Order: sequence, then structure tokens, then C-alpha cells
Amino acid sequence: MTNGSPENTAGLPLNKTRFQWKEETIRGALFLCAILSVATTLSIMAVLATEAFTFFENVSLSEFLLGKKWTPLLVPRSFGVLPLICGTLLIVAGAALIALPVGLATAIYLGEYAPGRIRSIVKPVLEVLAGIPTVVYGYFALTFITPLLRSVFPSTQIFNAASASIVVSIMVLPMVASLCDDSLRAVPLPLRQGAYALGATSFEVTTRVVVPASLSGVIASFVLALSRAIGETMAVALAAGATPRMTLNPLESIQTMTAYIVQVSLGDTPAGSVEYQTIFAVAALLFVITLMMNVIAHHVLRRFREVYE
Amino acid sequence: MEYTPNTDHGILENEQPILQVEDVTIRYGDVPAIQNVSLSIAKQQITSIIGPSGCGKSTLLRAFNRMNDFIPEANITGRILYMGTELYSEETDPVDVRRRIGMVFQKPNPFPKSIFANVAWGLSINGYQEGIEERVEKSLRRAALWEEVADRLHDSASSLSGGQQQRLCIARALAIEPEVILMDEPCSALDPVSTAHIEDLMFELKQRYTIVIVTHNMQQAARVSDYTAFLENGKLVEFGETNQVFTRPHHNRTEEYVTGRFG
Amino acid sequence: MTPGNALRRHAIAKVFHLLCATVTWASVAVLGVLLFHVSYSGWMWLDGQFLSSFPSRFPEKAGIQSALWGTLWLITLTVSFSVPIGVAAAVYLEEYGGKGKLSRLIEVNIANLAGVPSIVYGILGLVVFVRFFGFGRSVLAGSLTMSLLILPVIIVASRESVRAVPDSIRQAAFALGATRWQVIRSHVLPSALPGILTGVILAMSRAIGETAPLIMIGALTYVAFVPNGPMDVFTALPIQIFNWASRPQQEFHQLAAAGIIVLLTVLLLMNAIAVLIRYRTEEGNK
Repeated sequence: MTNGSPENTAGLPLNKTRFQWKEETIRGALFLCAILSVATTLSIMAVLATEAFTFFENVSLSEFLLGKKWTPLLVPRSFGVLPLICGTLLIVAGAALIALPVGLATAIYLGEYAPGRIRSIVKPVLEVLAGIPTVVYGYFALTFITPLLRSVFPSTQIFNAASASIVVSIMVLPMVASLCDDSLRAVPLPLRQGAYALGATSFEVTTRVVVPASLSGVIASFVLALSRAIGETMAVALAAGATPRMTLNPLESIQTMTAYIVQVSLGDTPAGSVEYQTIFAVAALLFVITLMMNVIAHHVLRRFREVYE
Repeated sequence: MEYTPNTDHGILENEQPILQVEDVTIRYGDVPAIQNVSLSIAKQQITSIIGPSGCGKSTLLRAFNRMNDFIPEANITGRILYMGTELYSEETDPVDVRRRIGMVFQKPNPFPKSIFANVAWGLSINGYQEGIEERVEKSLRRAALWEEVADRLHDSASSLSGGQQQRLCIARALAIEPEVILMDEPCSALDPVSTAHIEDLMFELKQRYTIVIVTHNMQQAARVSDYTAFLENGKLVEFGETNQVFTRPHHNRTEEYVTGRFG
Repeated sequence: MTPGNALRRHAIAKVFHLLCATVTWASVAVLGVLLFHVSYSGWMWLDGQFLSSFPSRFPEKAGIQSALWGTLWLITLTVSFSVPIGVAAAVYLEEYGGKGKLSRLIEVNIANLAGVPSIVYGILGLVVFVRFFGFGRSVLAGSLTMSLLILPVIIVASRESVRAVPDSIRQAAFALGATRWQVIRSHVLPSALPGILTGVILAMSRAIGETAPLIMIGALTYVAFVPNGPMDVFTALPIQIFNWASRPQQEFHQLAAAGIIVLLTVLLLMNAIAVLIRYRTEEGNK
């Protein structure tokens, strides 16, 4: 180690530091950690692709995607995934019906109307709602919401889509509210003030100036919320049922793609069999759908931010 | 109005240049920050670089300790020699360069640690293992700060005033025994009393260290430095002994600047 | 604008305001209802016996000890894997990465991974960790899977903390002849630590509540012992809750509620610590 003082380093050449290899090694290690994310994505794709491939050797793609009966575990076997998709969509549509308007309205209230004190209460509440584990929501749906629904609509089955929809909407509500809040606040103040100066009411400013200006951000947040709802597993597994069926009646029992995967995993279907491989086909479908939605939503969100920042 | 840089004043007689700038141009992308500058920095003297805002003074200063390396778009042509060695050659390690050529920044930037740790850190990373406390005290004394902090070395550096923090930064730079100290407008964020302290300090430091100071304060340059370089729009307009540059400048632009007609 | 029109417009504005407010407070109400319902259903079953017993066919004898220990094992291992890797990735992206194509690719991947359903991570863990690496249905496989799941959360939080370190500190350190790693280790990481810690705690909160991936890798729902090593099979709090909630009997539902109370209490404690850390650092910065 040098103890350089002006006397004895004068004229000495400046040499490469002895730490060079250590620095390179550290940089390499950090890089490997960063590249793990790419490796994870590739692994997911590889796993789903190879496992789903073995499934599609036995079942044709058209039967899978277009068939209307899903009974892989019963004889006679059918592998049409539409009932699961239908179940998922029913849940998601129901959740969206509640969470999207409520989330947007909450964001509007927090951004345009609520004083700081209220914001500081509501925002943490939303964060808590977002942090509650999904099993808890499943339990809540099963033991509170379903009995409530049954007292109002006696024809409601014990496992039903509506109950699960309601809790899923509570789960994605904070996400919608938070993202919409960000988008609404990105709209510059002068735009709002200009509208107020023309004598517009707060309702008019919000609905005709602010929301339209932040529309792509709002829509992106909706898409992300829907994607999250599609991927939701435990609440629907507990509350929505295990009956794949094509129905639009939310009071009936259905099964979502995610809940089906859980059902098979908990059962004793032998690994490697076609019935077991169905979970990979369904998971692949799930992955593709959510990935597409997320990519689109992020793209829209990025473009939106570019406009306003 | 055309003016040619004083390249004949690049080589100083009677003095030993410790840093030699030879026809250096630095660009950020396509935009040149300094163009075809040549000058010499004399050993154990104070050289000031003056000029209006945006003339490239800081860029030139940062070139000496390769701090421009951190700006990805920056590229340099020409040579800078430090005691005969090329600073920008392939074999030269910028980390080593920075140990030998230290820097004090415009806004005091002590580490969020204790006063002692601030000065000691440079020692620890450069391999000094013994005598840390003595070296810290020596540096603090040389920075004219010891008296004020001797009894509270382990207090946080943020408890010091602005002027004290800047002297701490100077002590921190001195601790690793550089040969050159670069100062980028070191007093611009300080009050006049602190500024006077630091200017006095520079006279003392000059006996051991070479100092290059960038300043937009002409009076300061006139008070403190032995040599002055005047830059405008990235070009070196005039370079020579401070006395001469300020009282009998060779170029009109120099005269206009030092008499305050612009900038 | 006629006076009648103005009145109508203001009325609409008021109604809208009220609507938005009602809807917002409804969310708060929902939280209250949920917490009350869970507490009411479960508090009677919450006692020492509950915490120290193992699951049983008989509700009176059932407890969550195995689930608690399983969760503890899981969290400890998950932290050990995900935090170093996540912080390392964040440091790379912020300090070394730059704006090149590779960095953009990594960033896009992290953003996408954050949106992948947790059950897909479970499948990844099943195929890669349980089968391919042969770890079986162990705590190790579970924690590796969980680590991948929360890695994006840790990376994003760590990046923000690292980015928040003022550049002037780095410049000062470099000017003293420090290498990049020396600057990171001595200045960037210590300053970013509180933010990183907060992010880690929030990521852990998420991990504790995740069920689907653990089901996929085979965490059992009836485990009557405590794990002794990383290769042991295990169960976890959310799995136990799920198991009890799936049973038809009322008592098991109440047990589930009791388990939920324990789970939520743990989460509350963790978040309180995170808030405390954030508060203390903000106070220190003033």
C-alpha cells in the first residue's frame, strides 16, 4: 500500500490500481443479480411452453380454446377451457364494475376535494386494504358476504361468483385509486385554473377537463387492475366454487382458471398425466393474457407520463 | 472580433510546470465546452481560471482530475500531462489520478458522518493503516479548522457552519497528501468572513501544494493567485502572471472583463 | 348562463362531491367491517393453547404452531435470498447500469415480473426448484419461489433509495481517489439503508400473506410438526387459514378467523416498524 507523500511520488508513473480485478468481479456479481430478472422471465416462458407442449401433444389447441366443456378430471373427459375463461371473466367483470368507478371516484375525491387531513387518513386505509392477504378476503367473502347475499337473494349458492367479485374489487380498489390519483395529479394546475376561471363548477372541471386530460393514465390503471383481478387466486378458490360452467349468473358457483390450478394441485392427480398437465396449459393461457395486458398498460402509462413530464 | 490564444504564455520560464495542457478540446456530444486550450500550471503556485458564466472553466478544472469521465457524453482530444505522464492514456488509472489531484467543490459536501470520519475516510480507502489520528489532526490543522473542532471530532459534520464545512472538505482533500488541489468556486456559497478565512488558507497551502482555482470573483483572483487564465466561450484568451493580466492585459477582451464591462 | 341553469349546475356539482366522498368513506367502512367481522369470529379461539398446538381433526385441539414456525422459516430464508440479490440488482442498475439497451431490457423485465400472477411463480417453483433441482416440497423450495416473487418489489424500493442519495456525496468520494465500489459501500449503501429496509419489510409483508405459490410447490395443509431444517416439508400461516376456511364446519371457520387475527397482527407489527424507520430517518434528516 502506498504511503504517498509529495516527496516520494514525484515523477512516478500513475499505475493501474491493484483493485482493478476486485472491482471487475464485484461489477460482474452485481450484473448477474440484475440479469436474474431476465432469466426469471425466460424460465417462466420456457417452463410453461415445454409443459404446455406435452399437453398439446394429446389435446388439440382448437379443442382447448374453443371447447365448451371442461371436465378433465371426470369421465368422459373434455378439455375445452372456455368455462374457466368464462368464470374468470365473470369475476373480473363484476370486480371491475365496482372497483373501477369507485377507484376513480376515490381518486377524484382525494385529488380535487379532500383536505390534507382526510387524505392522510384515507391513503393509509387504502394501503392497509391493499396489504391484507388474499386468503383473508376469501374468508371474508365466504363467511360474511355470501350469507349477506343469500339473505337478499335466496337463490344464491354457497359458492358464487358475486361474493368473490366483491372482495376482488376491494382488493384492486387501492391500486385503481392510487394509479388514478397519480394520473389526475399529473394534469397541470393551469389547465384546471383556466377552466375554473371560465366559471365552471368543480364537477365540470373534473369530468370535462381533468379526467379527459388524464384519460390514458386512467385507462392504463384500469387495465392493470383487471390484470391483477385475472390473476387472483385464493379468494376465488375459497368463495367462487369449483364448478366450471358457462354462465352469466353471478349467483351461481363457477370456477376460474386460477382456482382450477389450485384444485388440481391440492388433489391427487398423478403428475405427468394429461389431466395433471392441464394446469400448465391453463397457466400458460393465464400468463399470456396477463402479460399482454401489463405490457399494453405499461406502454400507455409511459407514453402518458412522457406527455406530462 | 478575432483573438488568438496566448500560446506563447503556455510555457512559463523560471517555473516548473506540474500540469501541462496541450491543445485540449473537450466536447459534450457535439458541443465544445473548451477548444484548443494550452497552458501550464506552475508547481506550488496558485493559478486561477476566470471568465464569464459558461466559458468552460469548470470543465477545464474537472479535466485535471478526470471527473469528466463520469459524464458519458464528454470526450477529450489533446493531452494533459501531469509531471510528464499523460493523464488520459490507456495505462493511467483515473482512481490514482484523483488521489494525487484533489478537489474541493463549490457547495461544501461533507459526508453524512462525523468530522473525524470525513477526514479519515480518504485515508482508509487509500491504504493508510497507521497513524490515522495524527494524520487527521495534521490535515485539520493545515485547513485551519483544528482549533474549532478538536473537542468535538465525533460530532456530525452537518453541525458545522458553511465556512467550517468547506474547510473540513479542504482538510479531507489534504489528508491523502495530494500534490495538486483543484478548487471549483470554493467560496461562492460562503459569507465574506469565511471567504477571507479560506483565502488566507490558500496562501499557507501554497507552500506545500499546487492550487488551481476557478472563480467568478475577479477580485478574489487578483488577491489570491499568482497566475491567471482568462477563458471566454471555451477558448483561452489570455494567460499570464496575475499582476500583468489585471493591470496590463494584452487583449481587449481581457481588459473589458477584468474592468467589469461584461460577464 | 341563466340563474336557473346555474342553480342546476351547482346542484350537480354538490351531488357529485357528495358521491365521491361517500364512495371514498365506503372503503374506510369496508375495512372496519372486515376487521370487526374477523375479530368477532375469531377472538374466542385465540389463546395460548391455540398458539402452541398443532392442527387437528378436532377444532378444540387445533392450533397454529406448525404454521407459525413454517412461516418463520420461510421468511428467514426468503430474506436471506432475496435481499442481497435484490439490493445488488438495484445497485447495479443505478450505479453501473447507465441507459443502455441491456439496462432497459432488465427494467422492462422487472416491471413485467411484478405483474405476473403469483400462481405462475408457484408453477415456476414447482418445475424448477421442487423437481429440477430436486429440493422437493421443502421450505427451501418455498423460500426460493417466494424470493423470485418479491424480488421486483425489493429492486424497485432499493433503486429509489439509492437514487435518493445526493450525487454531491458521490462526487466528493470519487474526488478522493475512491473506486466505484468503495463509494457504494461507504456512502451510497449506508445512506440508502433506511429506504431499503422499509422496502424489504413491505416485501416481506407481501410474502407472508402469499398462499398460491406455496400450494403449488406442495406445502402441505396438514403438518403436525415444526420444520427442523431447510429441506423439511412445511406449512405456513396462510395455508393453514385456507385449509380451515375450506372446511364446512363453523368451528373451523372460527379457527380460520383466529389464524387471520394472528396473521394480521404480525403484518401490523411489520408495517409499524417500517413506518417507524421512515419516521426516524425523516426526523434525522431535518
